[in-house]
Amino acid sequence: MNENAHQLWLIPALPLAGALINGVVGQMRDRAAHAAAHGHGHGHGHSHSHSHSQGHDHGGHDSHAKPDPLVSMVSIGSVLLAFLWVSKTLIALGDLNTAYVERYFTWIASGSLNVGFDLAIDRLSAVMLLVVTGIGTLIHIYATGYMSHEKGYYRFFCYLNLFMFFMLILVLGANYLLLFIGWEGVGLCSYLLIGFYFLKKSAGDAGKKAFIVNRVGDFGFALAMLLIFIHFGSLDFGAVLPKASGVDTGILTAIGLLLLVGACGKSAQVPLYVWLPDAMEGPTPVSALIHAATMVTAGVYMVARSFPIYEGAPMAREAVALIGLATAVMAATIGLAQNDIKKVFAYSTVSQLGFMFLGLGVGAYGAGIYHVVTHAFFKALLFLGAGSVIHALGGEQDIRNMGGLRTKIPWTFATLFIAAFAIAGFPGLSGYYSKHEILLAAHHHAHWMYWVGTITAGITSFYVFRCIFLTFFGEYRGKAHPHESPAVMLIPLILLAGLSIAGGFLGIPHWLEPFFPKMAEGHDAMAGNITTLVGLGGIVLAYLFYVVSPGIPEGIANSLRGLYNLIDNKYYVDEAYDSAIVHPLEHGSRIVLWRGVDAGFIDGIVNGMGGVSRSIGGALRTLQSGNIRSYANWVVLGAVIFLVMLGAAGGAR
Amino acid sequence: MILNTILFLPLLGFLMLLFMHQRIARQFALWFSLGIFVSSLSLIWPVLANPGDMSFVTNTIWVAYPEIRFHIGLDGLSLWLVILTTLLTPLAILVSWKYIRDRVTLYYGYLLLLEFGLIGVFVSLDMFLFYVFWEVCLVPMYFLIGIWGHDRRIYAAVKFFLYTMAGSVLMLAAIIWLYLKTGTFDYFAILNQIRSGQVAISPLEQTLMFLAFFFSFAIKVPLFPLHTWLPDAHVEAPTAGSVMLASVMLKMGTYGLVRFCLPLFPEAARANANWIAGLAIVGIIYGALVAMVQPNMKKLVAYSSVSHLGFVVLGIFSFNQQGLDGAVYQMLNHGISTGALFMLVGYLYERQHSLEIKDYGGVATPAPILTTIFVITTLASIGLPTLNNFIGEYLVLQGAAQANFGWAVGAAVGVILSACYMLWMVQRTFYGETPDSVAHHVTDIGKREFIAIAPLLVLMVWMGMYSQSFLPAVSASNAKILEQTKVQATRSVPAEVANAR
Repeated sequence: MNENAHQLWLIPALPLAGALINGVVGQMRDRAAHAAAHGHGHGHGHSHSHSHSQGHDHGGHDSHAKPDPLVSMVSIGSVLLAFLWVSKTLIALGDLNTAYVERYFTWIASGSLNVGFDLAIDRLSAVMLLVVTGIGTLIHIYATGYMSHEKGYYRFFCYLNLFMFFMLILVLGANYLLLFIGWEGVGLCSYLLIGFYFLKKSAGDAGKKAFIVNRVGDFGFALAMLLIFIHFGSLDFGAVLPKASGVDTGILTAIGLLLLVGACGKSAQVPLYVWLPDAMEGPTPVSALIHAATMVTAGVYMVARSFPIYEGAPMAREAVALIGLATAVMAATIGLAQNDIKKVFAYSTVSQLGFMFLGLGVGAYGAGIYHVVTHAFFKALLFLGAGSVIHALGGEQDIRNMGGLRTKIPWTFATLFIAAFAIAGFPGLSGYYSKHEILLAAHHHAHWMYWVGTITAGITSFYVFRCIFLTFFGEYRGKAHPHESPAVMLIPLILLAGLSIAGGFLGIPHWLEPFFPKMAEGHDAMAGNITTLVGLGGIVLAYLFYVVSPGIPEGIANSLRGLYNLIDNKYYVDEAYDSAIVHPLEHGSRIVLWRGVDAGFIDGIVNGMGGVSRSIGGALRTLQSGNIRSYANWVVLGAVIFLVMLGAAGGAR
Repeated sequence: MILNTILFLPLLGFLMLLFMHQRIARQFALWFSLGIFVSSLSLIWPVLANPGDMSFVTNTIWVAYPEIRFHIGLDGLSLWLVILTTLLTPLAILVSWKYIRDRVTLYYGYLLLLEFGLIGVFVSLDMFLFYVFWEVCLVPMYFLIGIWGHDRRIYAAVKFFLYTMAGSVLMLAAIIWLYLKTGTFDYFAILNQIRSGQVAISPLEQTLMFLAFFFSFAIKVPLFPLHTWLPDAHVEAPTAGSVMLASVMLKMGTYGLVRFCLPLFPEAARANANWIAGLAIVGIIYGALVAMVQPNMKKLVAYSSVSHLGFVVLGIFSFNQQGLDGAVYQMLNHGISTGALFMLVGYLYERQHSLEIKDYGGVATPAPILTTIFVITTLASIGLPTLNNFIGEYLVLQGAAQANFGWAVGAAVGVILSACYMLWMVQRTFYGETPDSVAHHVTDIGKREFIAIAPLLVLMVWMGMYSQSFLPAVSASNAKILEQTKVQATRSVPAEVANAR
């Protein structure tokens, strides 16, 4: 077999080409269309009317805008082709018992450091590739419907394709630095897409927050890479990971913890999760693709990829589990009090990512990745369904203004209902299997983790169904005229619903089993049953509270006012960060560093020599020969002093 | 001979411009400097073939007594800096095209004179010659700021002049002292005498001379806390002045550190590495924090330069291949991305006549392409992988980590902060609703403006994706310099022997 026989580079290159075409050709066609629509207006094609609607998700509504079919075709086509190329390659590669690597060119070489632009597929990345390109295709299709009335249609798909490119580099990269390219690149696209409605300040703020919080995480990731190179002499997975068992535990712990810092940023874990709820400012397909199904699971992927390091660093692994558990609990409780349909699902994403980290931390790497996959199915569906609801209601996102939509948008309801059952861990649906694997492994690791996790799972099913019941049951409380979404949006919903049901039977755990270290056997049947029952209990409770007797939740909220306020205000974490970090940094920089040190102290000294400098300045101002003379005087004077000093030094020898 | 021609052509251009008619001055300057750029490309391949040694060497006597030699040459370290200079000069002329209406011949003449000085600095292999070119650079920049600058231009120009002069004085003294010791100004002759122990230099002498050179270079870099001339100079300078200052002139300092300070005084350089790296790290963080609160775009970019150049100094004083390679690569990267940023800020200024961020907002709506280019440049500047700065920053961090992991931790904080100040500026300037004043004045990028910045955009991607075009030559030169900085344990012995004799 000749080298690079499978042309892996095509997989990321296809969406990149899509992004370039959309960015250049799409923009030109957009301008031409605008010019045509506005007559020959001397090139001022952007005489925009300030009529962007309600300020909700649908931001730059433009009645003139018609989706450019070329853009739709290029964006869907490029991702679909990537999916097909992935499928074809995986079939050809067969069982992938060892990683398949293709090497292209040297990216950075300096001394003993040599980082190649190398792509690789193994069993882990195969799963990720299918999820990214498969779900990606569905969401692209959906988005052509969802975004069809938006200004900047080409720009949206340019960014979205660019995101696919970086995400695929992230998954395919055969070394840490290449993974880091993808890592930063998806962060960039996330920034651009959160801020897609850039006329809104809140969107710009949210994008910036996401980028900066992620940078804090990247700080850890970068330091981890530096340590890896120092102690392993390479950044290639193939060279680093097999050698991990021979490296000092302290070093591995440091690397593991630093990688975890990076993962906490990208995968929105405590204490860096704060950007993800705000990221819902982006259009809903973005929330589904980037902030639920793919990018935010990059941290899980990275930790799972580095499992040999964590196997040698029990303390770091324990930290992964603890962070995951803390995140799951915290986000789930916040989810109880949210009224924005997208925010509910955002906190549930944070919480589910916490479950994945819990799985990794207790050594069930396969279960963690399994949950990545099933979560991608049902959470993408939840978001796309939410998008369909928002679309139906003309931009409404508050579930208090919904209700009774079951009959008005039946397809959306049916698919969302399935997704809700899947995330609640209803037996037989995809979420059931992956979540159970994680919780049972937690049970094996430490009983208390199991119990906390199980109760959190109960809370999850409660608040997700709270949202579903408030949206679809009871009487309609809003003023809009709900209408079902077009087929281009419904078909992806239906396909994802199928995957949410069948996700447990795709053989993913079996496929991943040889890749990760073996777990000790001995699953506790009792524990499994309790988890199932608690999950169902959450659904029943939500039904009682929000369908049967809707007065109960209000009463509880009133009787536990203090606790409710705490949760309602998201534990005041944003406020704490603002007053503890952001403000001191800003004021300190302005008052102490800039005005104090720079303008006051240093320039004070410089200007203090002003007696002399002013006279020279005066001479210079006249631009006459005087300056030359005084300059020469300075040169000579300084030189003489220095020569005397040197002479003294030389003589003292 | 080619190198001589390329060195002296800008001087010829300067002289010709002095006698030229106003109307054709800018046309002439543009085409002349483009010609220089194109011919400078022919320097690349011979140097790449043998980047560790000097190519295109000319070595003749310039002044008979004291013997000052006209000794120039080009290796992998200086090659890209020369190309950067010849590339940036026509671009700087292009961005001045409409803005400069006053004393046009003189203005373009000074730009060419500056090019002459800069190339001279990077190719000189005689210490006195180096000093002469160092001072030659000072003059045109002083006038560019002082004549064509903004309101407080005189203050800024004088501050620039005084700061730099304070450093040059010490450097000149050290050069003279070296001459008195060795009887020559020739760099390689001095180096050989020191390395072979033919000339005895006490540790204290070495430290003093190192500090003299270092101080002079550090002001130029500028290294914290010697940086306060830079924000003023940038704010007051015309766009082209800022571009040349940031892109090329600041590199004179870091180039001097690598070329002269390290090989000539290796023990002193190593002995002083700790506090210098400390200042570099303070500068990285300090520059970023102060940049974060700047209301003025040019000041913001100027302080970001303090931060970025801190990386370069840190890499140099890591004393290993990755650190040094990263530092030199970062010099080029900074030249390209910060040069581009100053151009773009200049474009905005020509439209809105303000450098205050608060006078902007919503620029993306009337000027989408300008915005896209600005954002790409910003991303390059904050070290996004696939763009150029990332490779430099990563190598510096890797080198620093090997020298002292704590250094890397400190420097990496700067990477977080750079995202804060840059994205803050982008958001305030380009996003949000468009106020009427912006909608009336700000138009999208013009053809000439696009042509001026396009080469830099291409280089951002090229240098970020395929560093193999540039880095190996740099690496080879650096390897040689590192070899020269190896402290030889045996060296003090022959020195004593020589003394005894």
